[in-house]
Amino acid sequence: MTALTTRRDTKSELAYDVARVREDFPILKQRVHGKPLVYLDNAATTQKPRIVLETLDRYYKEDNANIHRGVHTLSERATRHYEEARVKIKSFLNAADAHEILFTRNATEGVNLVAQTYGRKNVREGDEIVISAMEHHSNIVPWQMLCEEKGAALRVIPMNDAGELLLEEFEKLLNPRTKLVAVVHMSNALGTVNPVEKIIQMAHRHGVPVLVDGAQAVYHRQVDVRALDADFYIFSGHKLYGPTGIGVLYGKATLLEAMPPYQGGGDMIRSVTFEKTLYNDLPHKFEAGTPHIAGGIGLGAAIDYLEGLGMERIAAYEQQVLAYGMEQLTALPGLKMIGTARDKASVLSFILDDIHPHDVGTVLDTEGIAVRTGHHCAQPVMQRFGVPATVRASLACYNTQEEIDSLVRGLRKVKEVFG
Amino acid sequence: MSDLRELYQEVILDHNKQPRNFRKLENANREAEGHNPLCGDEVTIYLDVEDGIIQDISFQGKGCAISKASASMMTAALKGKTVSESEEIFARFHALVTGEDEEPDIEELGKLAVFSGVREFPARVKCASLAWHTLRAALVQQDTPVSTE
Repeated sequence: MTALTTRRDTKSELAYDVARVREDFPILKQRVHGKPLVYLDNAATTQKPRIVLETLDRYYKEDNANIHRGVHTLSERATRHYEEARVKIKSFLNAADAHEILFTRNATEGVNLVAQTYGRKNVREGDEIVISAMEHHSNIVPWQMLCEEKGAALRVIPMNDAGELLLEEFEKLLNPRTKLVAVVHMSNALGTVNPVEKIIQMAHRHGVPVLVDGAQAVYHRQVDVRALDADFYIFSGHKLYGPTGIGVLYGKATLLEAMPPYQGGGDMIRSVTFEKTLYNDLPHKFEAGTPHIAGGIGLGAAIDYLEGLGMERIAAYEQQVLAYGMEQLTALPGLKMIGTARDKASVLSFILDDIHPHDVGTVLDTEGIAVRTGHHCAQPVMQRFGVPATVRASLACYNTQEEIDSLVRGLRKVKEVFG
Repeated sequence: MSDLRELYQEVILDHNKQPRNFRKLENANREAEGHNPLCGDEVTIYLDVEDGIIQDISFQGKGCAISKASASMMTAALKGKTVSESEEIFARFHALVTGEDEEPDIEELGKLAVFSGVREFPARVKCASLAWHTLRAALVQQDTPVSTE
């Protein structure tokens, strides 16, 4: 936790005005099935503040051009805004250099990029890759594919019934064959915030680099990749209140420089002849083709917005709503919370009596309440807890205690229908 | 609320709680598994088909109220029917739940007409039709598990 709170937020003393925050999100004003929308599916994707929408609109209306290749004014402007966004992300993560920030399509592509470049170069037959029992499919399947190709083995850090990783078991998994550890910072299905700083220290003692899947953590906590000493840190823009189709892979420059390119094409080259191609410098070496320019700029606007609110203030506020939600939901007869880690954030995952989560979700929807129901792309987590699916209410910076009350009322209604 | 009651009719809630023909059929000569990867629902349909007639039919599995009730009521509706009759009933049922058929023939569908509320909930159409797609696979004996995706 210390790594997440090392940078002090000067605004943390001021009160958090959630009503004003909600004003910044036009989509929240609507009614669904005649009821005010209660959006609690933030772990799937968050809603977008007005500044992001306006930034996208302005980009296409005023600056749209291809980047890194034109001498004309629009191209220079588009390039400048896109590269400024990269610098904002660098500061947001406290990376050492902007060229350590690679734009991807999403978090999934970030994992695949590392598996297909670093992984293919460094993993050999008989080697091992360590992941955890609470990974999203996106941090399982790319490693399975690599292991299959190379004849390597996947090892899994187990967890306890609260949904906490067993670090003493992790220690036993580390050995000279271990080539990489890939672990989620915060579980999308359970809300557990893993002690990644400790995990990274342990792996580094064995000389093993660590990839951290920050897709969930990055919009709930202040992340400092240098304090964590993460080798790779990945996330997607659309969970960070930015557009879909844009993601980020942070990598230490020394690692990125030694990695082969991911995709070939324009922008990633220095010179091309039919005999030989010289690759471009970081970050362009990993960014073939025209990227999602508007998406990158929109993500930069989302980061401006979050820094305005202050990540620490957001985290402290969400933690209050989470505590209230845990208290109110566990008081409901027949409700079983899945994921009760001591350090957890913003996710309420549960089952209600023997009512199937899909049926819970449909009834809640008629009350205007949006939750996720299903396996949350984490089937091994469901298997670990012996349930086919859960209902998941997940919080963001604009959710309120009143919305938790609406959820509780909705769940009472579910019990009426299926009682 | 009216849409909700329309979806979760008493008959459906009853079949969800006490599914009919919920067992493995020991003398089955055909069976198939179906999955809905979206929600993790699974169903296995067992059939005893003799001379083109469904002599016996049962199911096992886990799923939401809609998918369980649909499987339960399907088995009740098809016992004793010919294979071609079952195809016709499926076609009618499918048109009912997808809303394809604006004026469904309620009489022809009999008890299965209680699924008419599903059309208002597009996300749930797959739940209602999983058992039927699996039945079709069992009838043609596909080897690979059926998926609604």
